[in-house]
Amino acid sequence: MAISRPVTDDQTAFLEELLGNGVLVASGAPGVYGQGECFERVRAGFDALLTRATADLGAEQLRFPPVVPRRLLEDTGYLASFPHLAGAVFGFVGTEAEAALQSERVSAQEDWSEFQHMTELMLSPAACYPVYPAIAARGRLAPGGTIVDTGAAWVFRNEPSGDPARLQSFQMHELVRIGEPEPVLAWRDEWAQRGIALLRGLGLDAELDTASDPFFGRPGRMLAASQREQELKVELLVQIAGPEPTAVASFNCHLDHFGAPYGVELADGGVAHSACIAFGNQRVALALLRAHGIDLASWPSAVRRELWPA
Amino acid sequence: MNAEARAEIRRVLRAHARLPVDPDALQDDADLFQAGMTSQATVTVMLALEDAFEIEFPDRMLTRSVFESVNAIAGALQELATATAA
Repeated sequence: MAISRPVTDDQTAFLEELLGNGVLVASGAPGVYGQGECFERVRAGFDALLTRATADLGAEQLRFPPVVPRRLLEDTGYLASFPHLAGAVFGFVGTEAEAALQSERVSAQEDWSEFQHMTELMLSPAACYPVYPAIAARGRLAPGGTIVDTGAAWVFRNEPSGDPARLQSFQMHELVRIGEPEPVLAWRDEWAQRGIALLRGLGLDAELDTASDPFFGRPGRMLAASQREQELKVELLVQIAGPEPTAVASFNCHLDHFGAPYGVELADGGVAHSACIAFGNQRVALALLRAHGIDLASWPSAVRRELWPA
Repeated sequence: MNAEARAEIRRVLRAHARLPVDPDALQDDADLFQAGMTSQATVTVMLALEDAFEIEFPDRMLTRSVFESVNAIAGALQELATATAA
C-alpha cells in the first residue's frame, strides 16, 4: 500500500515507542491502531474533560454511527473537495459462481474488486455531517438556533501514513452551533480561545493559527486560499513529532455551506449558518503522551487532576 | 482587455458561476461573491476560464480577489497575456 506522506525519524521512533509498550496495537494497516489501556485512559480522560468543559452550553447530545448515507456527502460537494480522502463502502453483488471465483482470487491474493459494487454507504469523514440533515428535518430552528454535541465519533480519512498522528480511523468530538450568521461566528471565535486554555491547562504548548482544509489539487489551492482569506478555519497546533506542529483541534465557520444544501432554516425562514469545534481525540492523547511520557503515574499532578478528577 | 474577452468572461460566468441573478445584469465591477457565487462555483469558473482562454492561473492568482468581479478577472487575464507576450 502506498504511503502518501514522508515520515520523519522522530515520528517513526514515537510510533515504535507506543507500539513497543502496548500503548497502541498494530493492525497491519498504517494509520489504523488498536488502543491499549494506557492510551484509552488518556483519550477517555480528555474526552470526559471536554464534555465537562462544554457542559455550560446545554448542547443536545446526538450520536451517529461511523457510516453515513452516500447521498449525504454527495449533496455537499465533499467528493469534489476531498476525493482523495473519501472512503466509500463496497459490497459483493453476484451469483454463487461469482462468489466462488471471488473466493479463489482472495485465496490466491489476486484482485477481487470486480465483484464489489458500491453500496449506499460511505465512511463518515467528520462527526458533524449527519447533524445538519437531522436538524433540518425538524423544521425551522427556534430563535437563537441550536447546539449539538456529537460525542467522540469514529471518522475515516483515506491517507495511510507512518506518522502516528495521521490516522485513517480516529475519533472526533464535535460541538456544532447552528443559527444566525453573527452569533455563530462569535461562538466559534470564543471557543477557539477557550480551546487554548483547555489544552494549556493540560501542560500542552498549544498555539492558535489560521488554517485551511486539505482540499484536492489545483482547485483545492483556490478553495484553501479562499478559506484562509475569510479566516473560516483556525486550528490549535501542538508539537507532537515531525517537522511542524500538528493540529489537534479545529474551529470552523461553515457560513451556509451546510445550511443551504440540507435546507436548515432559521426561525424567520432564512438559511442557517453553522460552525463546529472539533477535537481529535487521538491527537490530543498523542500530544499528552509526547509531552508527559507513557508512564501516566509520573504526569504532573495538576494534569492528572484535570483528566481524572477523583 | 477587449470587449470580446469580456463577453467570453460573461459567457463563462453564465455557464458556471451558478449565480441567482443573470450575470449580464451585473456591472463589470460588481462583487460576484456578494451576488452569490460560492467558493465551489469559483473553482468551476477558474477551470472554465483556463479552458476558454487557454491559460493556466499560477498559484499566486488562486485567490478570491482575482475572481471577485468581471473587471478583476479581466485584469488577471490581461496580466497573464502580457507576461506571456513579454
